[in-house]
Amino acid sequence: MHLMEYKYKDMIHRCFRCGYCKFPTDWSDVTNCPPYARFRLESYSAGGRLWLIRAWLNGEIEWSGHLAEIVYSCVSCKNCVEKCPHSFADDVVNMIIAAKTAMVNQGLLPKSVTEFLTNVQLHGNPYGISAKKRGDWMEGLDLEPYQGQDYLFYVGCEGSFDSRAQSAARATARLLQQAGISFGVLGDKEISDGNEVEMMGEDALLEDLAQRNIQMFFDLGVQNIITLSPHSYNVFKNRYPDFGGHFKVFHHSQILADLVKQGKLTIPETPDTRITFHDPCFLGRWNQEYNAPRKVLKAVPGATLVEMERNKKGALCCGGGSGNFYTDFLGGSEDSPARIRAREADAAKATILAVACPNCLTMLEDAVKVEGLEEKIKVRDISEILCG
Amino acid sequence: MSSIYQALVKIVGADYASDRKEELFTYSKDLGTSEPLWPEYVVAPKTTEELQEIVRLANEKKVAIVPLGGGMTLAGLALPQQGGITIDLKRMDRIIEVNEQSRYMVVEAGISHGKITSYLHKHHPNLMHSEPGAPPAATVGGNLAIHGQGDLAHPYGFNSDMVNGLEVVLPTGEIARFGSCAVGSGWFTMHPLPDIGLFLGWNGTTGIITKVSMKLYPNKKIRENNLFVVEKEEFVPDVLFEISHLGMAEDLIATSSEIPPMMNRLHYVSIMISGDSEEEMEFKRHLTFDVQLSKYIRSGVGGIASVSQERSRPQVSKSSDWKKGGGFEYVGAIVPVTSYPECYRRGAEISGRHDIPYTVLGRVIGSCHSMMFSWSYAFNRADDLTVKHARDALHETDELVMEINGTIWKPAIFGQKLMMDRMDPGALRLMKEVKKLLDPNGIMNPGNWEVI
Ligand SMILES: Cc1cc2nc3c(=O)[nH]c(=O)nc-3n(C[C@H](O)[C@H](O)[C@H](O)COP(=O)(O)OP(=O)(O)OC[C@H]3O[C@@H](n4cnc5c(N)ncnc54)[C@H](O)[C@@H]3O)c2cc1C
Ligand code: SF4
Ligand code: SF4
Repeated sequence: MHLMEYKYKDMIHRCFRCGYCKFPTDWSDVTNCPPYARFRLESYSAGGRLWLIRAWLNGEIEWSGHLAEIVYSCVSCKNCVEKCPHSFADDVVNMIIAAKTAMVNQGLLPKSVTEFLTNVQLHGNPYGISAKKRGDWMEGLDLEPYQGQDYLFYVGCEGSFDSRAQSAARATARLLQQAGISFGVLGDKEISDGNEVEMMGEDALLEDLAQRNIQMFFDLGVQNIITLSPHSYNVFKNRYPDFGGHFKVFHHSQILADLVKQGKLTIPETPDTRITFHDPCFLGRWNQEYNAPRKVLKAVPGATLVEMERNKKGALCCGGGSGNFYTDFLGGSEDSPARIRAREADAAKATILAVACPNCLTMLEDAVKVEGLEEKIKVRDISEILCG
Repeated sequence: MSSIYQALVKIVGADYASDRKEELFTYSKDLGTSEPLWPEYVVAPKTTEELQEIVRLANEKKVAIVPLGGGMTLAGLALPQQGGITIDLKRMDRIIEVNEQSRYMVVEAGISHGKITSYLHKHHPNLMHSEPGAPPAATVGGNLAIHGQGDLAHPYGFNSDMVNGLEVVLPTGEIARFGSCAVGSGWFTMHPLPDIGLFLGWNGTTGIITKVSMKLYPNKKIRENNLFVVEKEEFVPDVLFEISHLGMAEDLIATSSEIPPMMNRLHYVSIMISGDSEEEMEFKRHLTFDVQLSKYIRSGVGGIASVSQERSRPQVSKSSDWKKGGGFEYVGAIVPVTSYPECYRRGAEISGRHDIPYTVLGRVIGSCHSMMFSWSYAFNRADDLTVKHARDALHETDELVMEINGTIWKPAIFGQKLMMDRMDPGALRLMKEVKKLLDPNGIMNPGNWEVI
């Protein structure tokens, strides 16, 4: 693709590379763009990435595996969108996603990205695990398949397949049962929601997944959806309407906050705990939901809610977005964003690092272990905390 | 794989050294109008020891090194004129000490000004430093290497006047410390040791600043911006003089710009005042407007444009996106405050010739001892012709500064040559000797302050 065919050809040169986008809301450091925090070379900052993308599309530099890794190391966390002072700020992340699309269309991808996309295409999940195993997470839970109940509980790929995230899916299902919510699940009929493939530039695959999901939801009469993952929440809420799928979408934190308020959950006491909450990007910066998970956590008897230095709009991403939980371009260093975040939770003297996203759960749990903090800090999805 | 690259990897690890074209491309450009200049290697050390090893390696291999902080000068000062190794110093960013009672802090020089402001705000709210109006990613070391000025320039001068101690890696790789820290008595003063002013303002050509003790100042609880407007540029020096006589303002800046229309041909003086109580603020407002500037208000040639505006971090880089173009560069000059009218008029003419709406600004340094006057020229990064116009305008402005007997601040190579052409031969000779002595292999940011 040449620059002239690129959707943002009249915009991309407007990045001044001034680096406001490196900072969180409180300006505490230049490390709030996860790939820049990890590598600390200008090429990995949002501005560096935009200038490289323009140079590639312009023919100033050729495509290379390294270029693709730089582009794909963007986790779509939207910190740049939050901090860029210019009128085009809203499109900073879109310009990067569009470059990924250009790479997809030319088949110029890092191996792990190709694997991810192929797995989703073939198996409906990025792990390449047989779709038949998708319902394994709910064994022994006595859950009903979706057949017109009030809500569809959409678990998503991580909750279905990742052993750590499965525990959050199970906890959420249990809480919904406990509160008497009428809901069903898709089991092995469930397929990927498409959020990550879109962030990775695979527009056609998003369209295909969205259409298949929408058709299935229509056929089953789904109207209300509860998602475990903020990524699913984001794509169902904001992108499915573009493909004709209009549903009422809730993230599990919103439903749980409501159930807590109504007193429908018995929350176990957790004495002497200090809980800190890690805002997931697709709940926070993408959808401005900062309160629901905090409402849930404030209701935990015996626990104190403390904030990490970077929180809400200024939170540092765990580094798992845009498929990076799988492609892992940001791993392998003490400056990996998840490890920085684990240390921040420790600095806040938290005993529980609470999350509301299966991606964050796995990323941060691994990071806490590598940092040798597992004796001090437990990483828990908010649903697991409520379950005790 | 070259031996230099391998050696760099050995020093800092593979993640922080690169000879790949993606990094080289990125570091070949800065934000202004300079043509790209490619380094051969990029390296980002974390410690002074790593930096020393890199400098020793460069000496051994006789390869140029270019220190880089935020890369925000716009004037190409951290672009490698002769290839070599660009050393990105931003990983050297620790806060080492804050001494609240003695009002100083010791930092590593790659720290950003944004981080310092945020840290003080949270942990020492009664202290502040002089933050330049640059994007907050600008570093302390880079700012000192060009004699920058910040939002306390009016009461306290250049940022390089606010240094209590320095640690520098010399061009041969040794470390040297200056100020009280050199005699092991802490970082609280630069004097009374013999003056060795060899590093500030040298664009990294005599050494790489690694640690800085910066003076901190009282940070009052309330801070506000007040705008006074006058019709004629001739009034500006006197307005500034009157306000500096009071000695109550922090930042003191006069501006005029063609856009927005309400600014066009008018001159706005921004008067930052601060206080610990509303009573103190009211007292300062009263003295500023009702006493010191009342003659302008009474005669109808000046007036209060706004009072008590909240002070927010300047987002000057917005001016880069004029006409959706993504770029601007400015000439800054250190001139007497009395030069404001001429600087404004001649600058507006240059802008007019190049079809760029004029934007000028003068920041008072000290009690009207001088002023940093800037002429900004916006361009469209995607349109070579506008870049050329901006570049030509910058060169014309450099020449204008010389013509009006000013000095160019952070001059690009073009401006450095103009300055050195007129420099006192004695000073020039001394610069040459110093350079030869400190940097025998001529590896330090060559091309900058190149005394021939
Ligand atoms: C919108 C805008 C507004 C600005 N406003 C101001 C302002 O109000 N006040 C002001 O002072 N400046 C201003 N600037 C100019 C400039 O951005 C700042 O002075 C900035 O602080 C320079 O620091 P840096 O880290 O970006 O330096 P760099 O550009 O990285 O480096 C500057 C020079 O110093 C050398 N260098 C870098 N680090 C070191 C070191 N540790 N030791 C030795 N040499 C080193 C480099 O090789 C280069 O020659 C502005 C710039 C922009 C874009
Ligand atoms: S994305 Fe915005 S804030 Fe970031 S470098 Fe570009 S212009 Fe500056
Ligand atoms: S979306 Fe996040 S990772 Fe991507 S460039 Fe912006 S700040 Fe960096």
